[in-house]
Amino acid sequence: MNRVTLFLLSLPLAGCQGWQSTLDAHGPAARTLADMFWIFTAVLATVWVLTMGALLLALRKRRVAGADPLATNPATERRMTIVISTAIGLTFVTVLALTGISYGGQRALYSHKDGALTLLVTGRQWWWQITYEDPQTNRIFTTANEIHIPVGEPVLIKLESADVIHSFWIPNLTGKMDAITGRQNQVQIQADRPGVYRGQCAEFCGLQHAHMGMLVIAEPKEDFERWRNNQISAAKPPADPERQRGMEIFLSKPCVMCHQIRGTDAGGKIAPDLTHVGSRRYIAAGTLETTRGNIAAWIVDPHGIKPGVTMPTIQLEPDEVQPLASYLEGLK
Amino acid sequence: MRNLLTASIAVLILTACEREDREYRANPVTAETEEKIALSPLSGGPSPPVERRSGIGQGYEENAFHVAQGKKLYVWFNCNGCHANGGGGSGPPLMDDRWTYGGQIENIVQTIREGRPNGMPSFRGKIPDDQIWQIAAYVRSMGRNVRKDVAPGRNDDMHPAPAEQRRPPGEVIDGGQISPSAQMPQ
Repeated sequence: MNRVTLFLLSLPLAGCQGWQSTLDAHGPAARTLADMFWIFTAVLATVWVLTMGALLLALRKRRVAGADPLATNPATERRMTIVISTAIGLTFVTVLALTGISYGGQRALYSHKDGALTLLVTGRQWWWQITYEDPQTNRIFTTANEIHIPVGEPVLIKLESADVIHSFWIPNLTGKMDAITGRQNQVQIQADRPGVYRGQCAEFCGLQHAHMGMLVIAEPKEDFERWRNNQISAAKPPADPERQRGMEIFLSKPCVMCHQIRGTDAGGKIAPDLTHVGSRRYIAAGTLETTRGNIAAWIVDPHGIKPGVTMPTIQLEPDEVQPLASYLEGLK
Repeated sequence: MRNLLTASIAVLILTACEREDREYRANPVTAETEEKIALSPLSGGPSPPVERRSGIGQGYEENAFHVAQGKKLYVWFNCNGCHANGGGGSGPPLMDDRWTYGGQIENIVQTIREGRPNGMPSFRGKIPDDQIWQIAAYVRSMGRNVRKDVAPGRNDDMHPAPAEQRRPPGEVIDGGQISPSAQMPQ
């Protein structure tokens, strides 16, 4: 019995550890939020305990039976007046203090530091398009669902939406910020330690809202620069015959209408950029790990995995699936 | 009696769902349907040209979801690059009543599949077949050829100017000329 209770109690706490948790803060914005959460919890818990204590005390100290309710004792009256005035005063102070803390937290959250890196993140049904901006236009590139950032640097994120309202949320790094059609919002993220943080769309946006995830990978500056230089480069033409065949299949099928692979003729801009899809950890917006099998499964039956998704089922011969998946997996 | 009433009301509500009924998977994966259309009434021999229409188009035309998908794909696949928003540009207009290659949905589907002389490219193998049907259904809706409750609304950005209540306050200018209609004897 005891074990069951312990297990049930540990369930809500398990949500506070690590992967995608607001309370496991790894950046300044998330830390502000976590601090506020703990201050509010502590203060409100204290208030609750004190109130309950006073209530219990009142229940135990019962009035003497048969006493005249209209008879008052001036000494008791005076004492009660002082207690109640103090309680009212303390309520005011508590509410004002919490309001002040909340205001201070908001100011910290919305103040932007100058950073070297600016990203344009566009929410789409149901994936994230990520463009790394750069004053040198040939260093601008687009990727999807995976953000790499250098550790310890503030990164400005401009948020837009292409269809409906989405909300950008990396619980370990920052609070939620909506991506709204026709306007641009901004949010800043910063990671203090290297790590992989999961993000999630936090505004219901249609059938596959729950499968609209992303990863933020914070890494040392050198690793980040290496990753960025690789992403800027075009896809290398495959060397082995199987992948060459896969490329031919990709370019002759409807894939090219929506997807882009820089360095080939595929130039569609309405679905995730696949130039380096093999280097990303997940496909389908954080839904499946990038393996050859998962890529094949996704191509053959996207609606079995994410019902309602925009990716159509296309006609493929059985012997075309393997080379195609192999080619895409090889786009590192 | 009461049960019968409840049941009939439930049936009435359910019929409304067909308007935007949808399947997640095109099942089986859409192979090209066999459509035989005649582009002209002329044919060799005494009999008129033989046409064969699969009838699948009705399901697309009478379904709000498919027409709305078609509207999205129309822009995604750059149909508006030549046909603009239906008014035409380097391609012919689509919202008028002139149909060079026939205005039935099968004719439009074949036009998209096969391409047509003077610039319309063939999208066979580039657009999955069910999406071609969706685009054709949307093209039909431009010329008011689908049911009113199925047709999608016009985009906000297609309005020539913002609505009056969204514009800055206007200026009031006193004076000016009396309009001819006001000068007429009543």
